[in-house]
Amino acid sequence: MSRQELLSPEGLRIDGRRANELRRTVCKQSVLGKADGSAYYEQGNTKVLAAVYGPREPRIKSAASFDRATIRVEFNVAPFSTSERRKRNRGDKRILEIASAIKQTFEAAIISTVFPRSQIDIYLHLLQDDGGNAQACINATTLALIDAGIPMTDYICACSAGFIDETPVLDLNQVEEASFETPDLTIAIMPRSGKVTLLQMESRLQVDRLEDTMALASEGCKQIHTIMDEVVRENTQDLVTKYGD
Amino acid sequence: MVREVEPSLNEKTFLLQALHQGLRLDGRSPVERRELEAEVNPQDLGVVTVRLGQTKVTASVSCEIVRPFPDRPTEGLLVIASEFGTMASPAFDGQRSDEEVFIARHVDKTLRRSRCIDLEGLCIVAGEKVWSIRVDLHFLDHDGSLLDAACFAAISALTHFRRPDVSVIGEEVTVHSIEERNPVPLGIHHYPICITFAFFELREATLNNTSGGEGGSGGAATAADPTAEVIQQLCVVDPTLLEEQACKGRMSVSINSHHEICAISKAGGMPLDHDLIIECSKHALKMARPLITKAKSFATSATAKKATK
Repeated sequence: MSRQELLSPEGLRIDGRRANELRRTVCKQSVLGKADGSAYYEQGNTKVLAAVYGPREPRIKSAASFDRATIRVEFNVAPFSTSERRKRNRGDKRILEIASAIKQTFEAAIISTVFPRSQIDIYLHLLQDDGGNAQACINATTLALIDAGIPMTDYICACSAGFIDETPVLDLNQVEEASFETPDLTIAIMPRSGKVTLLQMESRLQVDRLEDTMALASEGCKQIHTIMDEVVRENTQDLVTKYGD
Repeated sequence: MVREVEPSLNEKTFLLQALHQGLRLDGRSPVERRELEAEVNPQDLGVVTVRLGQTKVTASVSCEIVRPFPDRPTEGLLVIASEFGTMASPAFDGQRSDEEVFIARHVDKTLRRSRCIDLEGLCIVAGEKVWSIRVDLHFLDHDGSLLDAACFAAISALTHFRRPDVSVIGEEVTVHSIEERNPVPLGIHHYPICITFAFFELREATLNNTSGGEGGSGGAATAADPTAEVIQQLCVVDPTLLEEQACKGRMSVSINSHHEICAISKAGGMPLDHDLIIECSKHALKMARPLITKAKSFATSATAKKATK
């Protein structure tokens, strides 16, 4: 297997970005009519749709908790999301892993004790896959939960970073992620405190480089936070003016 | 799905108060691992049983010849199958729980994604025949840190394993039995070791319960109260089952002797500071060293056994 050059001598990556540059990020809230909260999130060519239902009565009574709301996450990957059409089965561990990571991440952020004996459902649909699925899903979920008006202690913003040759790079795309030489680190932080709620890493990374890579990814999270916050404020302003008339 | 029985509030409070004084229920210090015992089955190669306190995991390695994937014609396959039976814990009842997915994926990242096995060395005829190495992980008893035990069992079983020798003459492939020719060890690039950390947060209310005039009901209300002030964050290595159930978050770090992190998984849970994560990864490196030596020793133990036969 010949090694593809992921970072040119001029410091440009295969999609023309610099090492510390995010992909174009577009997001929107309230995109679905029936859901209590919904969001569309696009980072480069990765596109995710999120819908939140609840807090509502749990379908399975035994799953309910007496002191808090239970959170359920379902993550679907569209068969047309990759260049080769492929139907993924529900038992795919990668998909289950992302769903369970999102569930556990938001359990720490949602103030679930105010909705005892109820359930919050989060549905995620990956429309197009170009790397960074976990980060896109987490960001989309944050926006959808805010849209649904579910109380949270803070936003949760996620971003990935890697290390190519001697340079830390931000926000990996599919090609960079798939390369065996590139470590792939996804981090989710609460922007106000800067604390890390989720951290996942694959492939090999020197221990001494972990700090730099994490710092870069956190910087990316903060940039994403700014973009997301703007959208949330705009959307709320829009709602206020509509109700005002 | 059967719901796992949670430890009682008294048990949790006792655990937390002990931790506050730097004590753990089994007498370890917070940064101490349990002694890891590995047992090799003398009957066949590639079967290792690991005990970590009460936790017990068996890994067994087998191999077969298969056709490679068309996009990687010269690479062998490494398949890792995890078997979670109700034998280990009533929480594993056939349906995929978060815990099972977490363990299976982390083992997969640690061994496969980090490319610790030389897969190109498993090629027999490019595009036609390659070895497929299968690691079966059986979880026999669950007392916390299943992941640490599973990763160690898997890497030591791979080290201990020998595949039959093959010779290729023209188009013809001959597989030699173990009696005919000495079996061949797998090429292992590095030995990743997984270390799990559990994090706790101590709140004012938990500690005040010691004087405990009003007793249990007050404790129940405060333990769930997220607004109570967190006064201390604690971190322990190699948690037991009770510690895992009582903790607020977990993080697993896989690390090898080249100072490389092969995988980190922290799926949600308690938010942590950057510094704490860095500190944990450095600590993991220190703790992994003796385990790496131990895993490597299985290579020689297998040859020694062969010689005495």
